[in-house]
Parts: sequence; structure tokens; C-alpha cells
Amino acid sequence: MSKGRYGEYGGQYISETLMNELIYLEEQYNHYMNDPDFIDELNTLLKEYAGRPSLLYYAKRMTEDLGGAKIYLKREDLNHTGAHKINNVLGQVLLAKKMGKTRVIAETGAGQHGVATATAAALLDMECEVFMGEVDTKRQALNVYRMELLGAKVHSVKSGTKTLKDAVNDAFRDWIARVHDTNYVIGSTMGPHPYPQMVRDFQAVISQEARQQFLEKEGRLPNAVIACIGGGSNAMGAFYNFIDDEEVELIGCEAGGKGVDTPYNAAALTNGEIGIFHGMKSIFSQGEYGQIAPVYSVSAGLDYPGVGPEHAYLRDIGRAKYVPVTDEEAVEAFEYLSRTEGIIPAIESAHAVAYAMKLAPTMDTDDMIMICLSGRGDKDVRSIAEYRGVELNE
Amino acid sequence: MSKIANAFENGTAFIGFLTAGDPTIDKTVEYILAMEEAGCDLVEIGIPFSDPMAEGVVIQDANVRALKHNTTTDDVFDIVRRVREKSDVPLVFLTYINPVFFYGYEEFFKRCAELGVDGIIAPDLPYEEKGEIADIARKNDVDVISLIAPTSKQRIQMIANDATGFIYVVSSMGVTGMRSEIKTDLESILSDIREVTDLPLAVGFGINTPEQASEIGKIADGVIVGSAIVKIIEEHGEDAGDALREYVSSMKNASNE
Repeated sequence: MSKGRYGEYGGQYISETLMNELIYLEEQYNHYMNDPDFIDELNTLLKEYAGRPSLLYYAKRMTEDLGGAKIYLKREDLNHTGAHKINNVLGQVLLAKKMGKTRVIAETGAGQHGVATATAAALLDMECEVFMGEVDTKRQALNVYRMELLGAKVHSVKSGTKTLKDAVNDAFRDWIARVHDTNYVIGSTMGPHPYPQMVRDFQAVISQEARQQFLEKEGRLPNAVIACIGGGSNAMGAFYNFIDDEEVELIGCEAGGKGVDTPYNAAALTNGEIGIFHGMKSIFSQGEYGQIAPVYSVSAGLDYPGVGPEHAYLRDIGRAKYVPVTDEEAVEAFEYLSRTEGIIPAIESAHAVAYAMKLAPTMDTDDMIMICLSGRGDKDVRSIAEYRGVELNE
Repeated sequence: MSKIANAFENGTAFIGFLTAGDPTIDKTVEYILAMEEAGCDLVEIGIPFSDPMAEGVVIQDANVRALKHNTTTDDVFDIVRRVREKSDVPLVFLTYINPVFFYGYEEFFKRCAELGVDGIIAPDLPYEEKGEIADIARKNDVDVISLIAPTSKQRIQMIANDATGFIYVVSSMGVTGMRSEIKTDLESILSDIREVTDLPLAVGFGINTPEQASEIGKIADGVIVGSAIVKIIEEHGEDAGDALREYVSSMKNASNE
């Protein structure tokens, strides 16, 4: 069996043409993660450029309004580029640069990972091309222009369902033709080994900081950590350093779309089955005969038919639980947080906010919840207006 | 030993690929038989998949067409059953691993054995993951065809040592699709592989003209053509029989010039 296993999940189910490149990437990754100069450079970028550490904010109005557990927001939305994606991207693009690559490619759903990659590529003087489903280029047109401003070329992907999974397909197709000068910067804890591990390690800074911040502010750890999950990078980052703290409940919120009993959702852990796709064995939404199912969510960033292999494993061993949150619940939470705390969350992160709104009132006022507020919602304003039937003039 | 060895007894083998169910299940049966009649020594049958990551646009589109009318894995087995009523041509499945995993490895390979499928090529199952199916395939006399790419280098030894049937040598970097020029130093890759194994070596990816077939035919034991055949089917739809016969026959001849 290959490397990179989480129980039976993970592995390297990928073309022979890419195998040596993945082996090289893993070697280089291990080398640089043990190189104090690299770690120093990365930490400086995270601090001086991305604005870390991100705040752990006590949401007082929300807490009082819901009347239960104390709610803290881990403010990844305050990072440069407005989401947690920058944590991973600075690591991967810096690594690509050290490996002597001159070009990076990325897939993107909502556009946040594409924007982050384009940003890091601009900063580190690398060529950058981003693959984005045609459907997503339309619902996130602002992010397309943002990537172009940053000097990246955006490919509108017209194959398959024209969303995130198809963007991943085309990114792999591009990479297989240009491994000599290109690194594929995957945006989530998915894909063939070493990606799920590498992305987790770069995102683990979220829970590393949060754990410390809770100990400083409250002298103890939260009772629950809640994060939204598509592929699972902000969730894995928010969970990772709490995994050994068994008293901390870990909860991932999947895109329930129009309902998990309808065909319109992206709740792989609720409805999916074990399969092999995009380089990994994990849980995927599938149709009869193992065709990857089209998925749906109001949120382009959660619109993915699978989850990273480590999440599948955490679920199986009972360490984390995963719940679906519908479009309607997420949109209500989007509006609620805006009104109550003056913070407009990404519609992805609003899925986590929505579940916290259900959970907090059932808990004791001494209890504490951390919501990973993975991104800010400026990019979503137009589509939420549309969802609510409000017409915005150009 | 499976029937695959027979494919390499008649000069340089010509190996043709088509996607099952494109344009219809009936036509796939007809086209496989037409290709055999025109000199195709082995037929690769593509099991359609929603996300064919290793394919270029031509074969991606064929997958979309086949899935549009719900071609299933059971339909593909039915194609094999009907071909086997009339022909002994060696048949190999080209499939992504998920449809096989979903069907159940035991059941899938049992059906392959019953119906006479000689091999399987899974482009997303590299050497490290071959254990998924190796034992079950062997038990059912189905060869798991190994791929070697221009980037394989030091991996050639381990892959070739473990290979059965024939070795699929990927001519170029990238996905499948017609290329005007193949720049890889194939001769040196082929000679590296020949130091390890006596298995036949067939070259694929990008080959579409008789000139290319003739060039590859001089150095390899087999020439594999996919996208060019699928393109003919795309253009001629339900009337592709004659065009396929003509093309396959010219490519088989060119491969042996």
C-alpha cells in the first residue's frame, strides 16, 4: 500500500506520469519543513504579509442573543486576501520557488484559493494560471477580475459540471503536461499524498494559535470547534491541534444545499460512499456505477463531491462529527452575523455559524464554542442579494 | 496466459481504442468487429467515466456522449458478451478505478473472466496502488497492464518486473489526444524497458497519422491509437463503419512498413 494513509483512506491514485513528481514533492516538502531558514521565511510571510496571528474574537452580542455557550470567532477572514487560503498558499508557493519551479497552477471554486495563489505568485514572482469552473466564474466574477489584476491567467473550465471538481480535473491535466516547471498548488486537504498532509500542516496554524489564545483568554479549551467543510482545509486546520484534546468536540458543517433528501446538495459525508477519485481514496457523492455525482450548494467553495481523506478517517474513528447545513440556514446565518456582530462572513463560513446558532442555546453559559470564520463575505454579497430576490444595479 | 500474446504475433500490433456506448451500445459492438476485420489486433474498450482525468478533449467528449444515454458498467459487459459471440479478438478495458471499485473488485473480475476480457488498464492506479486489484485480477486471468511514462526513469525496473500482458508506453507528457509531433526519446525508454522484460511494448498517446505509426512501428511492438478513432466516431456517428475500417487498415499497414 502506498504512503499517506489515514486508516484505509488517502493514497496516491494518480497517473504514472506524475508519480516521480509527487515523490520529489514529498522529499522536498520534508526537507524544507526541517529547514529552520525555510520555516523562518514562511513565518515572517505569515506575520508580516498575511497578518497573522488572526484574532480570536469574543462575539458578545451573538452570545447574549443566543443565550447559551460563549461564542468565539477565529477571524481567518481578517487575513490578507480575506480567507484562510493564504496560510496554505504561502507555504506551497514558497516551496515551489525553493524547488526551482517558475510556474504555479491552482483550481478554485469560490475564487478564494485562486486569489490567494495569484497573490502569493505575484509576491514571489512566479507565473500563475488558475482553473475555475465556468459556472463559478459567473457567480464569482469579481474574484476572476481580482486574479487577473494580480497577474494570473484564469481558465474558464467548460467540461463536466463546470464547477470545482472539473477545475481540479483540468488543473491535473495541465500539470501532467508541464511538471518540469510547474507545481500544482492544491487548495484543500485533498488529492494524492503528500497534498492532504501538506495542506493540513500549513493550515494547522489556525488551531495552533487558537489553542494558545483560549488558554491565555479563558485558561481552558473550548467545548466545541465548528468549521465548514468542502474539501476540508479550514476544518482540518481548525481541528488539528485539538485532536488530542478529547474534551473538545470537533464538528464539520457540510453543504446541505436544498436538503440532504433532495439531489441538490454537496454533503458527501452525509450521503456519499467510499470511492477513489482525484488521487485519493475517500468519501464521495456518487451515482449508480460509481460515476461522480453532480453536487450543488449556494456556496461555490463547498461545491465539491468529496472530502479530504483525514476527515473521512476522523469520522470513522468517531473523533469528529459532520453535519449538513442547508442553503437557507447558511444565508440566514450570513445575515444574522452581519446584523449582530457587524461581520459579513463568507457564505462558506456561514454554514459553520448556522450550526453554532443551533448548538449554542443547547449548551451551558459556561461552555465555549469556537467558530472558524474561514473567510469574509464581500464576494458573496451579490449572490445573496440574488438569493433573496433583491436586484442590484450595476 | 491470456489472449493478449496473440495480438503481437502478426507483425507490429495495431491497438485501437473506443469509448463504450459512443454513439450507442449496438454501434460499439459493430465498430469493435469492424476494427478487428480491418486488422486491429487488440481492442481497448473505454468504460465511460464522469471525470476522465487523463484524457484530452476528444475522449472526454466521447465519455460525455456515452454517459448522456446512461451507458453502465453492465452495458459494457454486455458489449463484450456480444462481441465474444463472433470474435476472439483480445479485449482490454480502459477504465478509471472508481467504477471498478464501486462495482466490487471480486464481482468485476469474475465477470471479466466469464465473458473473456483479457486485461485492464487503469490510468489512475500506479504501481504503488496496484495491490487494490492485483491478486483478484490474477485469480481471474485478467492482466493488469502497466503504464510507463517519459518521467518514469528509475521506476522502470520495478514496474516492468511486475508487468503482465504488454507494457503501455506513454509517448509524451500530458493527456491523451492527437499530436503533430512526438518529441520524447522513445528509443532510449524502450531499450531501458527491454533490459528488464521480454513483454511486448506498445506505444500510445498522440499517435494519429500513418507516418507516426510507421515510425513507432519500427521501434515498438505495438501502436496504440485512441483519440483519432474516437474522432472518426464523433464525426460519422452511426455510420462510422467504413471510415473506421479504412483508417484501421491504413494504420495497421503503416505500423508494419
